[in-house]
Amino acid sequence: MERIKLEMKKIEIEFPGVKALKGVDFETVGGQVHALVGANGAGKSTLMKVLAGDNTHYAGQIVIDGKNVEIRSPKDAKHLGIEIVYQEVDTALIPYLSVAENVMFNRMVNDMKGRFLVDWRKMRLESQEVLKKLRVELDPDAIVGDLTLAQKQMVLIARCMAGECRMLILDEPTAPLSNAETEDLFRVVRGLSADGVAVVFISHRLNELYEICDTITIMRDGRNVVRMPLTKELPQNKIVAYMLGRSFDEAYAKHEITLGDKILEVNGLTTKDKSVQDIDFYVRAGEIVGIAGLVGAGKTELCKALFGAIPHETGSMRLRGKEVRFDSPLHAVQGGLALVPEERRKEGILITEPVRENITIAALSKYCGFLSVVKRWKERVDSLSMIKELGIKTPSEEQSVALLSGGNQQKVVLAKWLNSDAEIYLYDEPTKGIDVGAKRDMYELIERLAEQGKGTIYATCEFSELLSICDRIYIMYDGRMVKELSAAEADERTLLYYSTGGGDSNGRGEENRRTG
Amino acid sequence: MDEAKKTVGQADAGNDERRGKIMRFVKKWGTLLVTVVTFVFFSIVNWDDSTNSSLFLTTDNVITILRSISIMAIIAIGLTYSLAVNGMDLAVGATANLADTFVMTMFVWYSMSIGASIALTILACLTVAVVNSILIVRLKIPDMIATLAVMFMYQGVALTYSNGGAITERMVRPDGIHAEGLVPAAFKTLGIEPNLVILMLVVVAFAFFFLNYTKYGRYMYAIGGNPEAAKLSGIPVNRYKILAYLMSAAFSAIGGICIAARVGTAQVSAGDAFLMPAVAAAFIGFSVGGAGKPNAFGTLIGAVLVGILENGLIMMAVPYYAMNIIKGLVLALALAMTYSIAKK
Repeated sequence: MERIKLEMKKIEIEFPGVKALKGVDFETVGGQVHALVGANGAGKSTLMKVLAGDNTHYAGQIVIDGKNVEIRSPKDAKHLGIEIVYQEVDTALIPYLSVAENVMFNRMVNDMKGRFLVDWRKMRLESQEVLKKLRVELDPDAIVGDLTLAQKQMVLIARCMAGECRMLILDEPTAPLSNAETEDLFRVVRGLSADGVAVVFISHRLNELYEICDTITIMRDGRNVVRMPLTKELPQNKIVAYMLGRSFDEAYAKHEITLGDKILEVNGLTTKDKSVQDIDFYVRAGEIVGIAGLVGAGKTELCKALFGAIPHETGSMRLRGKEVRFDSPLHAVQGGLALVPEERRKEGILITEPVRENITIAALSKYCGFLSVVKRWKERVDSLSMIKELGIKTPSEEQSVALLSGGNQQKVVLAKWLNSDAEIYLYDEPTKGIDVGAKRDMYELIERLAEQGKGTIYATCEFSELLSICDRIYIMYDGRMVKELSAAEADERTLLYYSTGGGDSNGRGEENRRTG
Repeated sequence: MDEAKKTVGQADAGNDERRGKIMRFVKKWGTLLVTVVTFVFFSIVNWDDSTNSSLFLTTDNVITILRSISIMAIIAIGLTYSLAVNGMDLAVGATANLADTFVMTMFVWYSMSIGASIALTILACLTVAVVNSILIVRLKIPDMIATLAVMFMYQGVALTYSNGGAITERMVRPDGIHAEGLVPAAFKTLGIEPNLVILMLVVVAFAFFFLNYTKYGRYMYAIGGNPEAAKLSGIPVNRYKILAYLMSAAFSAIGGICIAARVGTAQVSAGDAFLMPAVAAAFIGFSVGGAGKPNAFGTLIGAVLVGILENGLIMMAVPYYAMNIIKGLVLALALAMTYSIAKK
């Protein structure tokens, strides 16, 4: 197969409200393993989705093998030999079909014109051939639903290779993999590049890129900053500097808050599913503690574990010095915890219910009289005062929350917990999908609560937010806390350095991964 | 924008607004409208020229309709509780079956008092909810399939208990002894109007109150609307799911007891026939009054619609074997009101 030569020139793309790509140039050739890195929101995935035919409304030029091409559908991309494997492998696989069927899926769907019967023998043989070529040990008859995540990834890569694939894009393929599995993946990728396939490797784990990639493109804010060979000459902290560039985001002036005693202490917390391991930390009254980490570092899992929604294996929690155990969110709420979850629409609000019912749901007993009859007038009084206090923009307290903006929905979630007199607030990506003005409102509310002596845990991958609001920051990598920094010590560069697996001696994070 | 365009734009906006208003109205009250239209339709087609009045629109016939829907409505209310937590209790018919059989045997076989018989019957029927809860909450089987299995189970339980036959006064018991017990006359009055209709209205009113005005109802709707958010708000989701299935079984049991009171004997599988109309009634009820979720008043309207259809079609002398075709079509229309229009 002829080696691909791809050039993307001045690619621009606009989504409602944001210009995601502002004239990006990118190029690669067959046989190259090309790292594509950038902070969250830099536009890596957006750019690759253009190539995969998922972002069809791009402007700019794509040149393949010297010829101008248009990629306006996934079919166009496949036609050109470009395949992509997204991080969420489960969305692309059919769990109750066999490996063979999943590998040959495209062929089964697209090449069946005029034929009605599936040639099972041929399908098995062909899929076996593809797997053999990749040197992947997988039984073609195994059911995909029973495979591990890493094996599923291999099935997807095999599916790409079953066609005429000349370029393979891997979007954060190593994020969910163990060390051994990562090695396996690297072996397959090396094989592909030796065969002349161009591989693009998107990853947040900078230290592993040296092992596998020969070229790197760094993106920031919808632009490409640099493209150069990736060698030890380009140290990790230099990459981080390129990723961040100038400091951005307007500063938020944090108030001084006097800190009280430790109100929450966690020791050696490991969840049953091992999504977080050996977590030690504490929160003092009035303190805002940040949890930094990239997507998939385990921040959400930590919040849910603290809130009793993910079962613990080992570890202890102390609330105001008293040992507690939360087996379910119900206990956590009774213990005075509040969670503002990341997936607001799915986990935070009752989308079809009015604002009033959303605000009172976590403390409904407060409004109940004889026979648990809910006193609506009392609910109304409290929700109106919450709406006023938090500045929730809604025509009335009976409005369905589905019709509010993201920022106002988030305030409703917060109002729910204020109303339940929670003591410790867990915020998981609280500013996700809300505009700048609402963001500032959220900061102010969070600070106001801290001033009242509440404990705050603020988990996010937006490091600039942590720097403007937190007293202390813990950094998570791969389900573990790898570093603790005071607000004074922390800057974006250090945060990014540790959360991409960097560390004192070739990365403590990396060590952890090896042992874990 | 020039003047002409502007006026066109405004006219469009006006039209859109009007259309929006109509759509909202249809969405909210479409089901009720279908019910009224069906009622008027039957009143006209069943016109008797000799007396110059409608055979359909008489006090007697309206009472007949109400009586015929009472039991179905009570069972449908049971189902409504399970639907409120976004569940589904297909065992309601089988539960009514068991109640029907069980309560009769209490009277006929064991000569028990009315109070004890009814209490024991409801207790026996709550075992359905226990099995449902184990399958759904513990073993995580999807609600519809789990309750389908339980439906089969309890159809068999009722049949086995009655030895595969009807329960009547002065029957020969399976062990060969002549049953001495009689069905108390007071019990039978439960099955005649206006008592049965009053009971239905009480059951509907209770469900309306429970679901809309108590903490429990609020929690159930929260779970039905978004189980994950409900859980993360500190609601014990499983506990309320179990409560919903207990309520479902209890009200289906009351429905079954009413069958016994009305007929005076327990016929084989008498409750099964109520399952599909009850499901239809509860689903039709979703859209009534713009609730957009299972609700007691809607279920009542749904039951009325199904009742009117059955009664009217019989009057029009539609052969019984063809009736389901028309019933199915009208139900599909009412459900379209709920789903397709609501989407727009």
